Amino acid sequence: MRSAVVVFPGINRERDMARTLRLVSGREPAMVWHADTALPAGTDLVVIPGGFSYGDYLRCGAIAARAPIMDAVRTHAAAGGLVLGVCNGFQILCESGLLPGVLMRNATLRFICKDVYLRVERSDTPFTRGYNAGQVIRVPTAHGEGNYVADEPTIERLEGEGRVAFRYVGPDGTLDPRWNVNGATHAIAGVLNEGGNVLGLMPHPENHVEASVGPTDGRGLFAGLTQHFAKVA
Amino acid sequence: MKARVTVTLKSGILDPQGKAIEGALRSLGVAGVGSVRQGKVFDIEVEGSDRVQAEAALKDAAERLLANTVIENYRIEVLG
Repeated sequence: MRSAVVVFPGINRERDMARTLRLVSGREPAMVWHADTALPAGTDLVVIPGGFSYGDYLRCGAIAARAPIMDAVRTHAAAGGLVLGVCNGFQILCESGLLPGVLMRNATLRFICKDVYLRVERSDTPFTRGYNAGQVIRVPTAHGEGNYVADEPTIERLEGEGRVAFRYVGPDGTLDPRWNVNGATHAIAGVLNEGGNVLGLMPHPENHVEASVGPTDGRGLFAGLTQHFAKVA
Repeated sequence: MKARVTVTLKSGILDPQGKAIEGALRSLGVAGVGSVRQGKVFDIEVEGSDRVQAEAALKDAAERLLANTVIENYRIEVLG
């Protein structure tokens, strides 16, 4: 799997992401600067990592979404190429129009930095094929604006088309407001675009991939992607 | 020319920051505060003196960057 990690000023999770991609896929990702206008030839997966691009000025992800490299990311996505956005990367994908909706201030008004439980809603996507549908995974989260909001027709459409990839749940997989850490609509933690080739999620699966530092539940996402491209190739 | 773009949250969109400010005003004892919605104001200096052109440029700015029209409305005023 040839992956490319997009780096914006103020992003701070790009090295965690690069380390995970290298560990799991066995291939060093390309680091692509925001002012570049092209992705490396043959890029399979574009990853937009977490952090605070442009200091979260204006709205989270708003300025990064208009950076020169994003035209290349849009072209990649339009051609069916895979795009993964994590945390600020999810916010950037929403602001760029690649994903519907928007991530608002957490309902608690507090920055949340802790592990959460996610239910994998479907396993038939390149991003989630490393899991079983209904599986609960434990991954870290760290954000102040993760409260997913979209208008009612959009939410209905997302639900109807099975485009909710991950939901905040309890350890046993049940939905309850107390597990919905940021107050997201329908406890949505991750969504897919119409084509199923763009995924955004708030939590950080890239930080739970090594047994030496804790749970390894995040590994399945990257292992699944690697398998997907091994099969394609 | 001086211009102002005001960006506000659409009705129905939850505004936790506005709610917190509303609560703070109540606890300060400010009388008669019904509700608070927080927004943003952009004061922009536009080159040239063509109002129509200025309004078109500001609309472009608001649509493409200043407002996220999924959740926000905007209002443009060319102040002259």
